[in-house]
Amino acid sequence: MTTKPITDQKPVMLRVTNKKMENPGYATLFFDFNLIFKPGQFIMVWIPGLDEKPYTISHHSKNKFAVTIEAKGIFSRKALTLEKGDLVGIRGPFGNGFDIRPGQNAAVVAGGCGMAPLATLVEGLPESITFIHGARSKDFILFPDRFTIPREFCTDDGSFGHKGLVTDLLAHRITHGKPLDMVYTCGPEIMMYKVFELCETHGIPCQVSLERYMRCGFGVCGACVCGKQVVCKDGPVFHSKALREMKDFNKKALLKSGKEVDLSLYFSWRCQ
Amino acid sequence: MSIQFLQRTLKNHTVLASGILGNSKDILERVYENGCGLVTLKSIGPEQRDGHKNPTVIDLGCGMINAVGLPSPGYLNMENEWAELENRNFPIIASIYGGSVDEYRRVAEYVSAKKPDFIEINISCPNSEQHGMIFGINRESSRDVVSAVKSVISIPLIVKLTPQAPDIADIAKTCEDAGADAICAINTVGPGMVIDIESGRPVLAFKKGGLSGPMIKPIAVRCVFDIYKAVSIPIIGLGGIMTGEDAIEMIMAGASLVGIGTAVRYRGIDVFKKVADEMDAWLKSHNLSHTDIKGAAHKD
Repeated sequence: MTTKPITDQKPVMLRVTNKKMENPGYATLFFDFNLIFKPGQFIMVWIPGLDEKPYTISHHSKNKFAVTIEAKGIFSRKALTLEKGDLVGIRGPFGNGFDIRPGQNAAVVAGGCGMAPLATLVEGLPESITFIHGARSKDFILFPDRFTIPREFCTDDGSFGHKGLVTDLLAHRITHGKPLDMVYTCGPEIMMYKVFELCETHGIPCQVSLERYMRCGFGVCGACVCGKQVVCKDGPVFHSKALREMKDFNKKALLKSGKEVDLSLYFSWRCQ
Repeated sequence: MSIQFLQRTLKNHTVLASGILGNSKDILERVYENGCGLVTLKSIGPEQRDGHKNPTVIDLGCGMINAVGLPSPGYLNMENEWAELENRNFPIIASIYGGSVDEYRRVAEYVSAKKPDFIEINISCPNSEQHGMIFGINRESSRDVVSAVKSVISIPLIVKLTPQAPDIADIAKTCEDAGADAICAINTVGPGMVIDIESGRPVLAFKKGGLSGPMIKPIAVRCVFDIYKAVSIPIIGLGGIMTGEDAIEMIMAGASLVGIGTAVRYRGIDVFKKVADEMDAWLKSHNLSHTDIKGAAHKD
């Protein structure tokens, strides 16, 4: 196995050392490699002959890391068919990652595959945090048995935990416990926007992890701009202050052509 | 201290190169606020175009290789962007490309009516099979596209040239004679290729791509030097400029303004302010002005 360092320059090829199907739509690909990274940063994953896309790290230990991929478009559907021994190219890590604050009263709010970048964050936070996790149904709860920190669950169909939204649980927590000093969130952008709004109403600082179509990963090509922010370089994690000024948050995104469209159109295009 | 360029006042000599950031008014404004004198919109083409699959941009340490493939919403698909740009407080270059003389003419006429400060025609992009490159390596095709565009626009015309032309100075002179108001040189060098030896595949999805950054600076300086001897219109010199001293070197070769692109990768979005400040500091420490050094390398 390669011992060449993975950098933000040309990709280093790694073999998939293990693959776990989390549910019919999510797979976790493991690699034996000591990657230096910070929770919330991302890497570019290249499948030679196909394409290259950004993914956050979902598992991290001294000699191992993993990405968890949700089958959505051409690339991710192909990624779910990769097997042990297949070669993929990795470059990175890129972006800022979460700004981890030492407070005891943080909340982590995960939605769907948005659990992936939050997993390594949760593992470094104290037991006292609030941990809220929503998904469309029980089968789509990612990493149901992974953490020692207790989680409050919710699902769209009520098949597991509360039937409803993560913001229902967060709103309840805000009014029934010690004041929260930070909320970290990742999930569908509409969900993160609602979390942000709730935090704004209650004066709680918030960090959200955004997603846009990316090319270079290091802030030059401009494919992923969102308002005045370059998501791959200034983000992908943004604090409340930047979000307040980000007029495209939960509104607009650029297609691959650079055409600006409503976010719903962007997400339907991403799933082609 | 402000400067004059083609009857426009600019705050300094730095220009954001085409294809870097440049995707929206918001980000262009941020580049301007970070010290850039003149910003360039990402190249606009005749129709909506996605560009190539990734990897499209790879850092090589000594610069970058890219084959983004001229993504564009298409010139008729940008009404929101133009409406936003109408209320700007900074000067812009609209870069355009086409696959035929007629496409260049159509895009240029439409874009010119949106009142950017300058229009730049990219006749030199090496990253697409149909677009651009063919015009910039040949005297006749360069002349045809420049005169066609010039006849339909009412704003100054900048022509961006490729170092792949057998004689770039000759192409520059041809463009000047056909009505170009300024030359921008150089576009990326190459195309080059990087192969991943583990998979045995070129890293770029398009396989070949243009080189930029520090590794191409000597080529860019030589091209600007040759062009300066051949033409009397101003030159925007670019290719590998990272520091104020690099900019001074380019101006000594004959550039009036200096373009910055890849350096955003290495020095951040505020590289424009850094380069402008470093130029000023160098000039001050040598007790020289911009006029003193422009084309200074041409003395016998």
